[in-house]
Amino acid sequence: MNDLTQSAFNKPRVVGQRTPRIDGEFKLTGRAGYTGELLAEGMLYGYPVPATIANGVLESLELDDALAMPGVVDILHHGHFEHLHRSPNSMAHGDMVSEVRLPFEDERIYYHGQYVALVVAETFEQARAAAYRVIARYKEEDGAAIGLLHTDAQGELQESAGTSRGDPEAAFGGAEVKIDSTYQIAAESHLQMEMHATLAEWRDDGKRLVVHESTQGVFFQRNAMARIFGLAQENLEVISHYIGSGFGNKLFMWPHAVATAVAARMAGRPVKVVLPRQQDMTGGGNRPASRQRVRLGADRSGKLTSVIHDSTTETSLVHQYVDACGSATPSFYACDNVSTSQRVLEVNHGTPCPMRAPGEVSGIFALETAMDELAVELGMDPVELRQKNNAEQDPASGLPWSSKHLDECLTSAARRFGWDKRNPAVGSMRDGDEIVGYGMASCTWSAGRQPCEARVELRADGSLFAACGTQDIGTGTYTIVAQAVAELTGADLSRIEVKLGETSLPAGPLSGGSMATATVLPAVAAAVRDALDAIKEVATGSGGAFEGSDADSLEAEQGGLTDGKRRVSFEEILETGKLSSVNGKGSAAPGDERSEYSFRSFGAHFVEIRIDPDISRVRVARVVSTIDIGRAINPPTARNQVEGGIVMGLGMGLLEKLDYDPRDARLINANVADYIVPTHADAPDIDVELLDYPDFKHNEFGGRGVGEIGLTGVAPAIANAIYHATGKRYRDLPITIEALLAAS
Amino acid sequence: MRTFAFSRADDVAQAAHQTAPEAAFVAGGTTLLDLVKLDVMRPSELIDINRLPLKNVEWLDDGRLKIGALVTNTDLAHHPDVQQHYPVLSQALLAGASTQLRNMATTAGNVMQRTRCPYYRDPAAACNRREPGSGCDARHGLNRLNAVLGGSDACVAVHPSDMCVAMAAIGATLTLQGPEGEREVAFQDFHRLPGDTPHIEHDLADGELITAITLDAPLVPAGSYYLKLRDRASYEFALASTAAQLSLDGEMIGEARVALGGVGTKPWRCPEAEAALVGQPAEMATFERAADIALRDAVPLEHNAFKIPLARQSIIRALREATRLARQSGEQEGQA
Repeated sequence: MNDLTQSAFNKPRVVGQRTPRIDGEFKLTGRAGYTGELLAEGMLYGYPVPATIANGVLESLELDDALAMPGVVDILHHGHFEHLHRSPNSMAHGDMVSEVRLPFEDERIYYHGQYVALVVAETFEQARAAAYRVIARYKEEDGAAIGLLHTDAQGELQESAGTSRGDPEAAFGGAEVKIDSTYQIAAESHLQMEMHATLAEWRDDGKRLVVHESTQGVFFQRNAMARIFGLAQENLEVISHYIGSGFGNKLFMWPHAVATAVAARMAGRPVKVVLPRQQDMTGGGNRPASRQRVRLGADRSGKLTSVIHDSTTETSLVHQYVDACGSATPSFYACDNVSTSQRVLEVNHGTPCPMRAPGEVSGIFALETAMDELAVELGMDPVELRQKNNAEQDPASGLPWSSKHLDECLTSAARRFGWDKRNPAVGSMRDGDEIVGYGMASCTWSAGRQPCEARVELRADGSLFAACGTQDIGTGTYTIVAQAVAELTGADLSRIEVKLGETSLPAGPLSGGSMATATVLPAVAAAVRDALDAIKEVATGSGGAFEGSDADSLEAEQGGLTDGKRRVSFEEILETGKLSSVNGKGSAAPGDERSEYSFRSFGAHFVEIRIDPDISRVRVARVVSTIDIGRAINPPTARNQVEGGIVMGLGMGLLEKLDYDPRDARLINANVADYIVPTHADAPDIDVELLDYPDFKHNEFGGRGVGEIGLTGVAPAIANAIYHATGKRYRDLPITIEALLAAS
Repeated sequence: MRTFAFSRADDVAQAAHQTAPEAAFVAGGTTLLDLVKLDVMRPSELIDINRLPLKNVEWLDDGRLKIGALVTNTDLAHHPDVQQHYPVLSQALLAGASTQLRNMATTAGNVMQRTRCPYYRDPAAACNRREPGSGCDARHGLNRLNAVLGGSDACVAVHPSDMCVAMAAIGATLTLQGPEGEREVAFQDFHRLPGDTPHIEHDLADGELITAITLDAPLVPAGSYYLKLRDRASYEFALASTAAQLSLDGEMIGEARVALGGVGTKPWRCPEAEAALVGQPAEMATFERAADIALRDAVPLEHNAFKIPLARQSIIRALREATRLARQSGEQEGQA
């Protein structure tokens, strides 16, 4: 398969080259309109009133004072809201939502921060001031379902989320060397830079709804809203041109968007809601806390004989979210006896949702820490242990890998890091007051692909236009689409206009799962080829620049067509043909290759930590990573994804924790001062190498996506380095100062 | 956020006269505006004092340094006289907040900043400091950030300032202007222990305005060090910090000053620990003994017991570093 495209992209001219973001100027100059800063004629502002309890009933709302405040137009709540329907919440039908419960659906309070009212006013300040005057009276109930890490509750087993091969229990029982450890990770916040935001406007006498949303999936939101409001999809438009990142909590719609659209209809004017940071953190998604038990069995040579990975994660009482921690485990190592299981515990917290490398990043912390424990037990170098258990094909499916270069990742990163200088004896490497620790872990993320459509125009003014209903969440999708168009037409990047983030465009995928690049570019390429066919037809037709030539003899070059002897620009061909433009449509989808190969990226992180034990200070000094993502379409933005993942992994390893009060399940650190993430001063020296092995079995561009893999494996590499420095095994994240002190 | 009146004061006497009981002065606003937006503070009136002529730093004839109330944290941290004669103050200021906040925050505002106790900052929680008599959710709650020194049944909130810890170690005097005229208060007497009245945070009457803080004359020759221990490297309040200053008399400690941050309900000067240092050999055993004395009365809560060993570590390391610097400066004096 893909013979044509392999030849087209073996020696790309633009793809794979360092390319400045085409939207960079708009962002730097403030012309890129983010949802939160958009204005509409006659627009009102909404401000939600969050519940101050986590478990109970809303008994009454006193609204008189708030309604009398200047500028207040309306206050929506359970007793004053439209009758709506729930979304079917189907991934297959593209209408999944983050929370199936509709806003104000009943008077029960399921979590702290749940909206009990929405104040609508002429200005943001008036809406917020009035929101503080709303008096909500609750009947708080004892016995809130508190967080997983504060309880012995086991949760419900998810039969569909487990896997098993061989006889892992028996193999573990008979193993020569065993590891049996439990790992706990605190709930984390996405803390994306741009808060959730919606601007909703009803048009055509209330028949059509136009919604601007900071979302990773305009089509998912459109489909869900169509179900909720009982509208034809054609009467709903969702727009998201610029997004201040999402990390997964903007994949699927949250209740604030529904409340905003209702407010706009009831007021007869556009309404905008931008969640304040506190509400974004209480009710805008989180990575749920997890508890995992990993059992590894091995023989004395280090060969794995059994892997048993049992996980429990939290979900809320209003939505079932399964953070599948074990999903990478069956594919990670060559082992005949492997099982995974997953339980879910309902808690009175805001609903969790996917967060960058969902499930797997937690699971890989457990698995890769357990592997380090096994290496210590065996007296074996941890790199060698991983090499020894390298899976030459996907042990979960039995299929060959499309392209796997983990061994080169391990050896290359180890060499650049200076792993050979590591004295494996615990605490043996010292520098002044500090103990130096070296640790490593492998990382992985699956390489998925979705169906996609795209459209391309070649225009008489010399410009080119590409459109797809996917989103650029800040990762650089605009730029790689332009690169693909430039690659196939030879046109200069400056002449290419890209439009994304609208449901009026050809259907595009979610910006999630590290799938967008591999999904969108083949569709764009198909659309470009279709447009080129169209312009060749013009050029070879009557009066055309290449009249009478065989269209197949023409090639695109430098924004025009050439027959090998002379080149005529698209502009001139269209001018001659008296045409404003030609149009190309394309679609692409994963095919038979999915049943012939297994698709997954791998890599390795090597970490140097420094601990000053006499002041209980641990800092990550250096991270060296080598990752195989196929071809990086735009190396600087790809590298930036890995670097960002590493910094996020540092936060997961040492700092980040949503603090839910175990007495009443309220979240007490919903702000960016008390929820601690890495600052610039915490960022280590980072050295990222991206191997360049195009994976043409995955798609014709050879890229596998890079948004998530960089985060996986960082936290265990840190924990393993801390073990090397201190001899203390940390199995709970974050690894806090008090944990370090307790060990000393 | 609730509505409030807003006015600007043009001279100190007028500012100190015109206040209503629910009024608040605003300078940098880095604490106040945050808390107003959280609905924790609900002033009826904000009086902007940024135009007042309180931005000078000047030496007094008696060798003390007088700092105007409106000198920003950034300007004070980089002031050459502070850097040269009170390096521990410069270090403490630069360990606090972020550049952007320090650019706005003022000297008097820093003294007046409120606790970061999460229950204080949440109007739905019980907090005697915010709402007298409502109880204290921190005492049996998530109290990792709370105090191990100076707490009471009513309140265990930490005073969050770094600057104040350095000032407590240096010794200082606040000048207050009130409707009745001017008065002075010793720095260590300004902040109150919570006791039964945690809502009374300091010795400042209605309408009174801090106009200046005057630092005691610097110790010479001396070494000083501010060590702040926290989860991340920047932009976080202290879990434990120490401001240490000492002078050396040969191998013996001459004078010594120790104050702690992140662990006390007010900037925590440690006079008994200081007494245990004076006249003793400048060595680890002495520092360890002083640290034990400083923390003798510390009382842990469920989640903050680690602060006691952490504070102990911060004291010992800060004294070690201050000693090293004192020796360096002694050697330089000797060479000069």
